[in-house]
Amino acid sequence: MSSAILPAASDTQSLTGAEIVLRALKEQGVEVIFGYPGGAVLPIYDAIFNQNAIRHILVRHEQAAVHAAEGYARSTGKVGCVLVTSGPGATNAVTGLVDALMDSIPIVCLTGQVPTHLIGNDAFQEADTTGITRPATKHNYLVKNINKLAETVHDAFYVARSGRPGPVVIDLPKDILIGKGPYRPAPQAEHRSYRPQTEPEAAQIAKAVALLKGAKRPVVYAGGGVINAGPEASALLTKFVRMAGLPCTNTLMGLGAYPSSDPQFLGMLGMHGTYEANLAMHGCDVMFNIGARFDDRVTGRLNAFAPDSVKIHADIDPSSINKNVKVEVPIVGDAAAVLRALIAAWEADGAQQDRESLAGWWRQIDEWRGANCLRYVQDSKIIKPQHAVKRLYELTRETGRDTFISTEVGQHQMWAAQYFGFEKPNRWMTSGGLGTMGYGLPAAMGVQVAHPDALCIDIAGEASILMNIQEMSTLAQYRLPVKVFILNNQYMGMVRQWQELLHGGRYSESYSEALPDFVKLAESFHGVGLRAESTDDLDRVIREMIAIDRPVIADIAVDQKENVFPMIPSGAAHNEMLLASGQITGGAGVTDEGTALV
Amino acid sequence: MPDPSDMTHRAATIAVLVENEAGVLARVIGLFSGRGYNIDSLTVAPVDAEGRLSRITVVTSGTEMVIEQIKAQLDRLVPVHKVADLTLEGPHLTRELALIKVVGSGSARQEALRLADAFRARVVDATTESFVFEMTGSGEKLDAFINLMRPIGLAEVSRTGAVAIARGTASLTV
Ligand SMILES: Cc1cc2nc3c(=O)[nH]c(=O)nc-3n(C[C@H](O)[C@H](O)[C@H](O)COP(=O)(O)OP(=O)(O)OC[C@H]3O[C@@H](n4cnc5c(N)ncnc54)[C@H](O)[C@@H]3O)c2cc1C
Ligand SMILES: Cc1ncc(C[n+]2csc(CCOP(=O)(O)OP(=O)(O)O)c2C)c(N)n1
Ligand SMILES: [Mg+2]
Repeated sequence: MSSAILPAASDTQSLTGAEIVLRALKEQGVEVIFGYPGGAVLPIYDAIFNQNAIRHILVRHEQAAVHAAEGYARSTGKVGCVLVTSGPGATNAVTGLVDALMDSIPIVCLTGQVPTHLIGNDAFQEADTTGITRPATKHNYLVKNINKLAETVHDAFYVARSGRPGPVVIDLPKDILIGKGPYRPAPQAEHRSYRPQTEPEAAQIAKAVALLKGAKRPVVYAGGGVINAGPEASALLTKFVRMAGLPCTNTLMGLGAYPSSDPQFLGMLGMHGTYEANLAMHGCDVMFNIGARFDDRVTGRLNAFAPDSVKIHADIDPSSINKNVKVEVPIVGDAAAVLRALIAAWEADGAQQDRESLAGWWRQIDEWRGANCLRYVQDSKIIKPQHAVKRLYELTRETGRDTFISTEVGQHQMWAAQYFGFEKPNRWMTSGGLGTMGYGLPAAMGVQVAHPDALCIDIAGEASILMNIQEMSTLAQYRLPVKVFILNNQYMGMVRQWQELLHGGRYSESYSEALPDFVKLAESFHGVGLRAESTDDLDRVIREMIAIDRPVIADIAVDQKENVFPMIPSGAAHNEMLLASGQITGGAGVTDEGTALV
Repeated sequence: MPDPSDMTHRAATIAVLVENEAGVLARVIGLFSGRGYNIDSLTVAPVDAEGRLSRITVVTSGTEMVIEQIKAQLDRLVPVHKVADLTLEGPHLTRELALIKVVGSGSARQEALRLADAFRARVVDATTESFVFEMTGSGEKLDAFINLMRPIGLAEVSRTGAVAIARGTASLTV
């Protein structure tokens, strides 16, 4: 389809395309770009060279640029910005883009492109970037007219941060970057076609209030959308849950939305969630989902999911509602706006809560808590991974420093979620939807760039960390004192766990063979390497790691055979949980159907 | 509110008003293929005076829950202005255009012409051994005519896919 003809460039003086890009980024509030140069984007690098307003962080791989921008975005609430060259630069960024898409992280990624007249000719370092990234982004653009360049950059930032946030790509042919054109400031007018609904409908809020007030066994299930909605949403969630006396659980993406130390917090729910959270979900009569998407890792078998409940689902994206799970009260809106309306309606409403039933429900929940599902026994010198995370949590808390945790993907990620407590939003970066090994180190790097004085720790596995280990070099260059805390079980532990439980203990290709010496590896990257072999070393190593103001790799040798529990096997219901090896509650464990699931 | 246990499929004719910009059709088609939705037919053309807006008509089928998803997924595409489920919203008209080539001689030609007349198909090209008929109507009407032509000498069919519009004053505009 043809692009519409634009009115003649009227307003400002001419700049080069590259200058227009930088000026638009600045107007959009960009302070940092994570990037990697190449032929197609050299004009932008020239423009970067000639200014001081925007800082460029040179990564060592384009995938890491996107994860770093994700860490930056998730920890600040701002849009993360990425710059990569055409062809391999763009294709390397794709994993990061899909990661951001799945986890609703706002990113604008500028990609270089061959000059417009060469597009389609298999030119050097040409790739069909908009074609490749169409299903990897919330939206993308190919700029073919310099008169539309500034407006496209503004549009991209609006799209990335509005509604359900996500990654946006702007593909920039080189002739556009060196050509001259006008700068146009960000438009004041409403977007032509994309205007997500943020204010909830009063009628739906009223229904939610009535249901929750009448509930005998209510539960609040809060997800990443509450984090997306900004810290105010987390404060409102906390206020609402406390005033209504409700039990509250968080998804993996929602950790920090509700303070973990609060007595009304049930912990994480889902496949590796707590016994009490999952049984509360299973047994509830009214469920209030705010900013969570009924992911399969959370619901387990759909036809057994919260079978006796009436469900309220508040989400900014109507396509999240009634996608996997049918709900009775859909509420479309921003989580903060929904909670504000809910609190106001709750206070205005004359009806009384069924406090007696609620007290009985809490007694039941406390009984489930009594199962103490996260207990583990640290009875030898071999460090239990759970214990390592618990000590990391306690010792970092002792310092009183603002602490940000990122993770790689695997068992260590789940232990981090279970044993590290988060009191505030934006302190927890993890790859939930895509589950990208190699996410954690660059994400921590992005966080550290945004929060230079904070303690930024990547809780890693020895396999995952090798997927973006080159970023140690970036840490050294910019003196970013990120700490890598490896739970080294010498296995792709999560794979090994599934092989143990589902594949008859055939540990096919899941042993971490020929690992590097992580201490020397840290040193060769100008960092500090530490190693803990036994429980005697653990606290000392953690304390040292925290105290050193440089990049550190702490290699923690942990029990190789430990598994993550509780576990709801794929295809099982919330009340069919493995509490420890061989200890099953409720159901039949893994079914044939379950084996086919991931 | 759709019931997930309800596995009955229904057809849906969905009209989508979109910005007429590069890639928008690829986005819509990619959405259907990427999420495994059916496309029975899809048509697109600009519909306003400035050529800034296009209208896509897509005929699909699925359970009520899937069709609700399709609409929500379409609606959240950035260049999409409006999505309307014409099947759900009430009486509407659906039309499709077909060009149908029939090759043959002798009595078969007579039979083809006679049937074409009955179906109000127009002859838009003729040689001594062929006709091209132009026909507009509902998909079923086109199917019926094309099926009748099969034994007579059907050689080639080109169809547009359905376009549709609601009856009455209600209009889909931005
Ligand atoms: C190895 C592994 C194991 C896992 N195990 C678990 C597990 O046990 N438990 C678990 O919970 N997860 C687990 N996950 C993560 C899981 O795959 C999903 O990523 C996660 O459950 C999704 O979280 P969420 O529902 O909060 O949604 P998110 O992916 O955070 O999506 C946010 C939702 O909120 C909406 N939203 C966005 N912005 C707003 C706003 N401003 N206002 C309102 N709504 C908004 C979005 O539209 C979306 O529907 C695991 C992942 C891995 C890799
Ligand atoms: C890029 C990528 N490839 C493969 C996987 C599948 N996978 C999930 S967890 C895991 C093992 C991770 O091992 P490690 O980093 O040592 O963590 P552990 O589970 O041992 O804590 C693998 C291979 C993945 N999530 N991401
Ligand atoms: Mg491991």
